[in-house]
Amino acid sequence: MKEFAYSRATAVHDALTSVVGQENARFLAGGTNLVDLMKRGVETPDRLVDVRALPLDGVHEARNGDLVIGATTTNSDAAAHPEIRRRYPALSQAVLAGASGQLRNMATVAGNLLQRTRCAYFADLSSACNKRVPGSGCAAVAGVHHNHAILGASPACVATSPSDMAVPMMLFDAVVHYETLDGKGEIPISRFYRPVGDTPHLETTLPDGALITSVTLPSAAAGERSRYRKVRERASYAFATVSVAADLVVRSGQVREVRIALGGVASHPWRARIAEEELRGGPATPERFRAAAEAELSAAKPLPHNGYKLRLARNLIQSVLTEIVH
Amino acid sequence: MTNDARSEISLHINGTTHRLTVDNRRTLLDALREDTRHIGSKKGCDFGQCGACTVLVNGRRVVSCLTLAVAAEGAEVITVEGLAVNDELRPVQEAFVRLDGLQCGFCTSGQLCSAVGVLAEHAAGWPSAVTPDLSPDQPHRPLDADEVRERMSGNLCRCGAYPSIVRAVLEAAECEEVNR
Repeated sequence: MKEFAYSRATAVHDALTSVVGQENARFLAGGTNLVDLMKRGVETPDRLVDVRALPLDGVHEARNGDLVIGATTTNSDAAAHPEIRRRYPALSQAVLAGASGQLRNMATVAGNLLQRTRCAYFADLSSACNKRVPGSGCAAVAGVHHNHAILGASPACVATSPSDMAVPMMLFDAVVHYETLDGKGEIPISRFYRPVGDTPHLETTLPDGALITSVTLPSAAAGERSRYRKVRERASYAFATVSVAADLVVRSGQVREVRIALGGVASHPWRARIAEEELRGGPATPERFRAAAEAELSAAKPLPHNGYKLRLARNLIQSVLTEIVH
Repeated sequence: MTNDARSEISLHINGTTHRLTVDNRRTLLDALREDTRHIGSKKGCDFGQCGACTVLVNGRRVVSCLTLAVAAEGAEVITVEGLAVNDELRPVQEAFVRLDGLQCGFCTSGQLCSAVGVLAEHAAGWPSAVTPDLSPDQPHRPLDADEVRERMSGNLCRCGAYPSIVRAVLEAAECEEVNR
């Protein structure tokens, strides 16, 4: 690991000032991803600014009814929070389906949104990886890629986002709030992750030097019946091969409102807007759910070893929506 | 080594304060094992995947291999050496001994610290991925084997002592329920 300076910020302004003009400074929160990548030599910061002492911890309801999750709230605290469990249960389910108890106690909500891919070639300095070293190529396209992306990928990068938490964030139209020395800003999560294109190393639209301060869940998006389901290669403590977060409102057998987001299939959590459009106003039947899933996945471009994700995603969408109806 | 690559820190471990000058790269695990001789915490993978280095920081179980020592400055750290109270083993430690919750023992200190964390999390009403209904209005459910397996999934045991570990944690949970 490379040497680095460490400081602990106690005010947001100080944290922002400590990284200004330093391309190689990083904010440190739980460290479950950053310290791991530093040990592997993927991340080589000169300076770490610890943000866990900032007053950005905890969940509260805003005056307009939105739920505000502070950036440094741990994954454990978010998952256990009564209002999240009551109004946004798919978010609790997703967080609890991720990592281990120890890691959830360390990892923060903002850190989770920013976590890097678990593509083995990204973590291996001897492999080509356009995300780690732009222009070096992608070892996964012709390599081991059974767990890689089927949607939205490019020849430059087929890595997936490993986050469970971000999938229901996409479902619930979460808003990412940040601060820079120029002031405060916010980004709807649908615009937070960049398309891969030929710049897979640029992952989010967060401005340089910005610190995420909170993530808000709009009250209008609450879904008491929302669900998250995850398929993985072992029963616990593994990243998703495919996961689905969904919410559905049915009146007299017709779909009034539907939202679907997928994990494990793309470089970022994937909102299945084509499937949603197919379903809205139509009959809420398993056959329609399946057809809508197929419409969404018609644009998928599987690699030689991850075609199984197509059927898996289709079946998962169908079964989660069917579960919510019953 | 430049000066700002090192830090003077105080680590509070099992109730004792240790003043150290550490390289900022030092993990809490290495500071425990190498600098303060708390060798009960074990280094398995060193990448946060096996749980052998689990300790309690401010009452919560964490992996000490992904915690920087400098970032643990000021926190209360409890290692396996600090679990017993006045030389009295905790119920979960007793249960591990009685029910053979180990074979080679390498993962045991992490299993024990994790189990203490699991019992506290469950007592605080935290659900898990296998809890059938996450609604906060549900009555408190006692732990069962599925819950223990899920909550302890961050601690690997290459000997495969899992069945005995699950029994030991369940027995300790019952003991704590009775005492509550």
